[in-house]
This record gives sequence, C-alpha cells and structure tokens, in this order.
Amino acid sequence: MEEEKKRQRGVRLCCLCNEQRASLKRPKTLEHICRDCFYRVFEDEIHDVILSNNLFSPGDRVAIGASGGKDSTVLAYVLSKLNKTHNYGLDLFLLSVDEGITGYRDDSLLTVHRNQIQYGLPLKVISYEELYGWTMDNIVKMIGLKNNCTFCGVFRRQALDRGAALLKVDKVVTGHNADDIAETVLLNILRGDIARLSRCTSIITGEDSPIPRCKPFKYTYEKEIVMYAYFKKLDYFSTECIYSPNAYRGFAREFIKDLERIRPRAILDIIQSGENFRISATTKMPEQGTCERCGYISSQKWCKACVLLDGLNRGLPKLGIGRSRGSIDGCKDRNEKNGGKSIESKQCGTLDF
Amino acid sequence: MAEIFMFLYSGGLELLCDSKKIHNVNVEQQNGEDKLIMKDLLSWVRTNLIKERPEMFMKGDTVRPGVLVLVNDCDWELSGQLSTTLEDKDVVVFISTLHGG
Repeated sequence: MEEEKKRQRGVRLCCLCNEQRASLKRPKTLEHICRDCFYRVFEDEIHDVILSNNLFSPGDRVAIGASGGKDSTVLAYVLSKLNKTHNYGLDLFLLSVDEGITGYRDDSLLTVHRNQIQYGLPLKVISYEELYGWTMDNIVKMIGLKNNCTFCGVFRRQALDRGAALLKVDKVVTGHNADDIAETVLLNILRGDIARLSRCTSIITGEDSPIPRCKPFKYTYEKEIVMYAYFKKLDYFSTECIYSPNAYRGFAREFIKDLERIRPRAILDIIQSGENFRISATTKMPEQGTCERCGYISSQKWCKACVLLDGLNRGLPKLGIGRSRGSIDGCKDRNEKNGGKSIESKQCGTLDF
Repeated sequence: MAEIFMFLYSGGLELLCDSKKIHNVNVEQQNGEDKLIMKDLLSWVRTNLIKERPEMFMKGDTVRPGVLVLVNDCDWELSGQLSTTLEDKDVVVFISTLHGG
C-alpha cells in the first residue's frame, strides 16, 4: 500500500543505488538521488576538490570562518568529518567575527557556540569593538543605513585575518559556494572591477590577504548545501542581517537564481567564464603594499579600514565611501602615482572576496 | 479538501506569514478537479496566508527562484513541482536560500 502510494506520486528510485527512493534532483547533474547517495557524492566531491587543488597539507592549522549560517555550518561539519575519515591531519578551529549587531549577530553567535560543542572544534570570537572601538550598531547610529555594508565588509575582511593571526593558523576556509562565486563574477563585470574579477574565482587567494583563504565549496551548489543541512538537521541560523537591504548584490543573486531555474549548469558556466578571463598585460593593476597606519596589506597609503575608521573617529563618516578617494591628501598623491583611479569597489554583505 | 502541514524554514519566510513557522491549513482543490496539487496550495497561501511582500515568496504562480520546496521530505523537482499531487496530512516544507550565510 505504502509502495503503491509512492509510485502514484511519480517519485522514482535513486539512479545511483537503484534501491532507495530518490529525495532530490542534483542541480549539477540533474540526477535523481536518494539521501544516502547524496551525502556520499556531496562529501566525495568536496574531498576531490580539496585534493586536486592541494588546499591543505598535513599538520596545517585551519580556521573555518563561521557565521552560524548554513554555508559555514555545513563547511564545519563536512570538513571535520573529512578530516577524520581521510586523515587530513588538520587542526581545525572555528573563527567568528562579532560585528556588534544586536538581534542578529548575538543570536547567530549562539549557534556557533553550539557548533563548537557539537563538532568539538575550538572557537575564537573576534569583535569589531575590540579591534576598531566601534560596533556596527554604533556605526549605523552615526552613518545611518546607507553604505553601512561597506564598513561592515571592509572591517570583516580584516577581522578574519587578525583573528586568524591570533589563532596562528596557516589557512582560513570560508563557506562561499558556487552560487556566491557566480554572483561575484557577474558583479565584478558589472562594476568593471578587473582586479577583483581576475581573482574572485581562485579557489585559494593569498596575495591580497596575509593568510591564504580557500573556498572548498567553490563548485558546490547552494541548493545542495541547504538540502544537506536540512536532511542532516544541522543546527544553523538563518535570519537576514537587520542592516542589510543588500540591493545591488540582491539583483545579481536573483538573476543567478533565475538562470539556475532555466538551466542549472549556468552557475558552473559563469564560474568558468570568470576563470577564463584574461587581462591584457598593459592594464594597470594596483600595486600591493602595506598600510602606513596599521601594517595591513593595502594598495594605498592607508588601508580601506583605516580610512573608514579615521572618518568615523573624526565624525566625517563619508570619507572613504565611493570610488574616488581624493579626500585624503596622501591617498590622492599615491592614486595619481599609480596611474589614476582606484579600483576599490563597494563591498556588501558577507561576501567580500 | 485536505489538511496540509506547512513548514517555513529560514530566510525570514515566516515573517511574511504571521511570524509563524508552522501552519496547519485546510485547502480545497480548485475548479472542481478531483486532486489537490501544489499549485492550489500556493495560490491558497498567496490569498490567505501571506500578509506582506508576496514577491519575497512568490514569482508568478510559483515560488520565487531560490526557495526550495519539499513535499514529504522529497525535492518537489522530482514530483512535478506545481503539479505535485497532495493528500491529506502531507507535509510541505519551504526553505529560502536567498540570504544568510
């Protein structure tokens, strides 16, 4: 009777094991697969990506950038599982940034605290308040809801690096998935940001951060991450940031999702297009140096975080927002020396590359 | 008429629907058809449940891209999406992937 009911509804058997009832359609391959086969192929593919890109070496200390959201929660779960089953020999840590957003980050940090116990991984939380003397709540009080994502994005990037330095890790991994990367490729094309376009598809980025960052989910679809978290009943936090209307990125995201509905391969194809962009050798790229004020990596005299922080502390928060950085004398000279416009772009949400 | 259990997971979908994550709803098939399908459920949700910003949840007569749907814990892409038939006591789960990470 039960068997008959299932057949009536047209649900087929898993095309891999031919035994169990299929539970999802894989966007990457359009295969109909059951839960157990899904867990296996999902984990195996990530393992293959890790091996074929030499993401880790035995003995590496690795920090997982953990926000409590679905991607980083699944990443922490899968990576600690693979580390055990395949003997990677990694020392894993959870690293969370507390932006100081009441009603959002405090709640999601509770999730990370639970993950610490669930997965047995040590947790380090680093806050904007201790690093910069400002919480996002205070920044928003001062500047309002416009451009606040710029502050948050710039500060988070440095905060992760500084937290990673405190943990003395060799690498930081983040939960950026295939959908995120396709979206970033599109955004960088729309913004004409050649410097970021050329590196946003790299699975390991090192040159613009003191500690290399990698994205083991580069080829993993968001749908599969969400399904994995749902089927495994992983404990994750899912509320939108209260300060993030996220308009510009939101359009790109929606466009990617529309494409995916028509042809799911489109996501991988966009990533591949991003990888295959070749930048003419005569294009002026910003030179990497270090910030004169804090020593962080920067193509300008001061790094973006110091420019923003200086503006906040002087009560002129508009400094450093937007494309031209002519407002600070030293930066202006340096800009001109480097051959013109700064290739800075606005960053928004949690997806700064 | 069938009683359907609906779960709204994550991404703030529940905020559009009385801030409740779990809904037990009684839905009738439309146009005198003998089977209830997902399309009927969605149009019922749109008319009766969504209090604000329907565009966060729906696009045209279906869910907006990026919202995953499971019927009895099975991806609705396997069961015919809008034409998936529903029976009494079925469980439908909606998961938005559009933000949070």
